[in-house]
Amino acid sequence: MDENNQMSDKNKKDWVKPTITPLRSGLLNKFGKSQNVGWVEDIDGIPITGLIEKYKSPLFVVSEKRLRSNFQRINRAFTSRYPHVLFGWSYKTNYLGAVCNVLHQEGAWAEVVSEFEYHKARSLGVPGHCILFNGPFKNRTILEQAVKEDAHIHVDHLDELFALEEIAQAANKKVDITIRLNFDTGYTEPWSRFGFNVESGQAMDVAWRIHSSENLNLTGLHSHIGTFVLEPKAYSNQVRIMCGFMDEIERRTGSIIKYIDIGGGFASLNALQSIYLPPEQVVPSIEQYAEAVCDTLLELTHEREARGVQRPVLVLETGRAIVDDAEVLISSVFANKRLPDGRRAVVMDAGVNLLFTSFWYNHSATPTRFLSGKPEETVLYGPLCMNIDVMRNSVMLPPLDVGDALVFGSVGAYNNTQWMQFIEYRPNVVMVQKDKIVSVIRKAECLEDVTSLESMPETLKIPFPNGEPDNLLSKHT
Amino acid sequence: MVDSEQTGVTSSSIPSAESLRRLAISESGFVFDPTSGHHFTVNETGLVLLRHLQQNQDLSSILNAVTQEYNVSHRDLERDVLEFLSLLREFVGEQ
Repeated sequence: MDENNQMSDKNKKDWVKPTITPLRSGLLNKFGKSQNVGWVEDIDGIPITGLIEKYKSPLFVVSEKRLRSNFQRINRAFTSRYPHVLFGWSYKTNYLGAVCNVLHQEGAWAEVVSEFEYHKARSLGVPGHCILFNGPFKNRTILEQAVKEDAHIHVDHLDELFALEEIAQAANKKVDITIRLNFDTGYTEPWSRFGFNVESGQAMDVAWRIHSSENLNLTGLHSHIGTFVLEPKAYSNQVRIMCGFMDEIERRTGSIIKYIDIGGGFASLNALQSIYLPPEQVVPSIEQYAEAVCDTLLELTHEREARGVQRPVLVLETGRAIVDDAEVLISSVFANKRLPDGRRAVVMDAGVNLLFTSFWYNHSATPTRFLSGKPEETVLYGPLCMNIDVMRNSVMLPPLDVGDALVFGSVGAYNNTQWMQFIEYRPNVVMVQKDKIVSVIRKAECLEDVTSLESMPETLKIPFPNGEPDNLLSKHT
Repeated sequence: MVDSEQTGVTSSSIPSAESLRRLAISESGFVFDPTSGHHFTVNETGLVLLRHLQQNQDLSSILNAVTQEYNVSHRDLERDVLEFLSLLREFVGEQ
């Protein structure tokens, strides 16, 4: 071996990248000095180094155990407080088949919002009558299929209502339908673009119209008040408004509402970039959400039960709070850089193409080994040749070597559905199952996957039909 | 042996020995530059490099000396030293 190519020598000290840290007065951090950076070596007992070796980096890893325990905890939180509870798994949050089927095995129905998601649920073996069909864009073909298969259709607008009536008439059926409502809870920005407005009387008009239909039957109410809602009282208000509307409909039209669907929006333990405090301090526990919902619902349906009318089924479409922390993204350092302003920067092998949610979250980034050296403000860039490709704009990390891996936490929600095949291929997704079995649940893409849907016109099959262009660079002196 | 030409680092990249010798450096790595008024800290390896640079501006001999003491490949060390020097230039004032 070359004398300058240093061999490992036990008598020598370990090398740590040299650092310079400026000392500035007047810029104190109110949270004190940075905490020691911990590290994680395995996921559910599977060493991360082994995972990278076998499945390459970057790599998404789903924990089946965590997914099931998250669902069971949320299920327990609600079913222990209210007698009739049903979960619809929000496909758009994560529609990898293995993830969906874990949750279906736990008892969740499918909550879908498009023709594609409806097809996906059916292809996984979910029967139509276990599908909650939301969304503003349900084409005629998929509506017909949903009616035929007795899916639970949540109507978003009048055009959909009239289309449904025609379909039901043609099928000679009386179809149970649910209407989506929008209203102001006083806590969240009203999502008025979806459904029918309660305050203006629009929703009541629709209820009357359904009541007068020979082919439609109003049996459910649905609303979704927002996303990453940090105030449980918002849900109390939501339930209060929905129950008030339910009572009014039943009293005035004689319809019987079988279920109230409050959508989702519960926050996960992730750090929104716009929020100053850490998620541990601002995100309510699932039990707090459950208490806010169920206490109000019990109170407002008490009299109903006394009348001999069943309390409505409470339907939840919780997505993020179930799946977010059940999945991580392992990504490796490709290069170190020093920016002109003195900050350290790292180029990772995964970027916003894979971790779409890094646009609004500060995902945790945990090393996979003990890192010696002083933590320093670091920018984590992705591999894209795009200025926007930033995984973390500022994170305190000790010096990292090329090849060091970081585990990005709580990435299960909205990444495997919103990721992009952009510039780079999408990597393997594996699930760690019972007895430490690791299964590939979506294999890494290759060129053929990306180009298989393209076709080439005959006249464009050859890039240089008149021979290669002059190589000006080789002639230039 | 590696010489300065091989490393690609020229002496003009390095703050002068004179300006570096002016620095007040504590054993714990606290550094004060009386010329610029800057004060900063360096970690253990930064301190080693700084001490070498105060005495010796020949990069190749510094690289050789450090690789005798530390478990680091010449390639990685050269890379880290280049980065260290670019930072050092920001903090150390020339007179």
